[in-house]
Amino acid sequence: MDERRLDGNAIGGELMELFGTEMTVAWAVCRACGAHEQLAEMRVYRDAPGIVGRCVRCEAVLLRIVHAPGRSYVEFSGVASLEMPVS
Amino acid sequence: MAGTAVLGRLTWLVAEVAATVPETPRTRTLVLDVPGWSGHRAGQHLDVRLTSDDGYQAQRSYSIASAPGQPLAITVERLEDGEVSPYLVDVVHDGDAFEVRGPIGGYFVWEAGDERPVLLVGGGSGVVPLMAMARAHKAAGADTRMRLLYSSRTLDDVIYHGELVHLDGNGLDVVYTLTRGQPPGWTGYARRIDDDMLREVAWPAGDGPIVFVCGSTHFVDAAADGLVRLGYDPRWVKTERFGATG
Repeated sequence: MDERRLDGNAIGGELMELFGTEMTVAWAVCRACGAHEQLAEMRVYRDAPGIVGRCVRCEAVLLRIVHAPGRSYVEFSGVASLEMPVS
Repeated sequence: MAGTAVLGRLTWLVAEVAATVPETPRTRTLVLDVPGWSGHRAGQHLDVRLTSDDGYQAQRSYSIASAPGQPLAITVERLEDGEVSPYLVDVVHDGDAFEVRGPIGGYFVWEAGDERPVLLVGGGSGVVPLMAMARAHKAAGADTRMRLLYSSRTLDDVIYHGELVHLDGNGLDVVYTLTRGQPPGWTGYARRIDDDMLREVAWPAGDGPIVFVCGSTHFVDAAADGLVRLGYDPRWVKTERFGATG
C-alpha cells in the first residue's frame, strides 16, 4: 500500500488557483483509457518535485503541476477533455 | 476594482486564533477569526500558510471541523516530523495569526437538504470533515438518517468524544472501533474496519445511501472497496485521503 498516494481533493487549492473556480467536481476524460472521472477521484502524488495526477482506472498520467518562483508549469497532456462547473 | 476579490479566486487571508481547544494528546482545535472569509460547506478544507522570519513558507491543508454558519474551526493532528502541525498543535495561542485560503473543495461535501441516508466512515483525524457534516446535520435539525463509523487507535485518541456522546442517539448513530487498545469492559469493535463490520454498520444498499470516507490512504481504500463489495455503487462513495506530511 502506497501511503504517498492521495486523491484530487488534496490539490483542490492548487487547481482553484489555476482555474479560478472549484475544480475537484470537474469531470475529466482520460486520454489513455477513456475513463470519465471527477478530478477529486484521481490519484495524486504531491511529494514529487511537482504534483502528478493519474487516472483512477488505468493510472496514466493525467496532469502535472510544478510551481517555481513567480510562475507555475501546468501540463494536462493526459486529459482528453474537461467538463468544468460554470457559475 | 482594486481590493475587490474576483469571485471564485483564492486569496490568502489573515487568520487570528480566537480560541484553542485541546481534543486529544495529539490533536487540537483552533477557532479562527478570518476577516473576509466567505463561509464554507460541510466537508471542505482550507490551506494554511506559515511564513518564517527569513521568508521560508510552508503550506498544508486542514479540514474544517465546524458546521456552516458556526465559527470557523480546524482540528489539527500533530505529526512528529511535521513542519506545520507541531506549531499549530503545541505552540500557537490566542491572538496569534497566520494565513489561510479557502474554502476549498466541492466533491467531498454534504448538504443538509440531501435526503439520502448518510454513512460517515472516519479513520483517526479523518473524522474532522465528517464532524462538520454531523454538526451541520444537527444544526439543520435534519431528520435524514446519519451514522458515523469511527476508527481510532484507543479511546484516548477519539476526537470530539464528549460531543459525540451527546450527539449519539440524537439524530446521529456513532459506532466506534478501537484498533490498538480498548478500555476494560469495552463492548464495541476492536479491530480494523473489514467487510463484516461494514455489513453490520452500513445502511442497506437498497436504501440508496451517500457515504463519505476520510482517513489515510490505506484506510480509505479498505473501506471504499468493502462498501462496493457490499453492493454499493462506487458513485455513492465519496473519498478523501490525507497524507503523512504535517
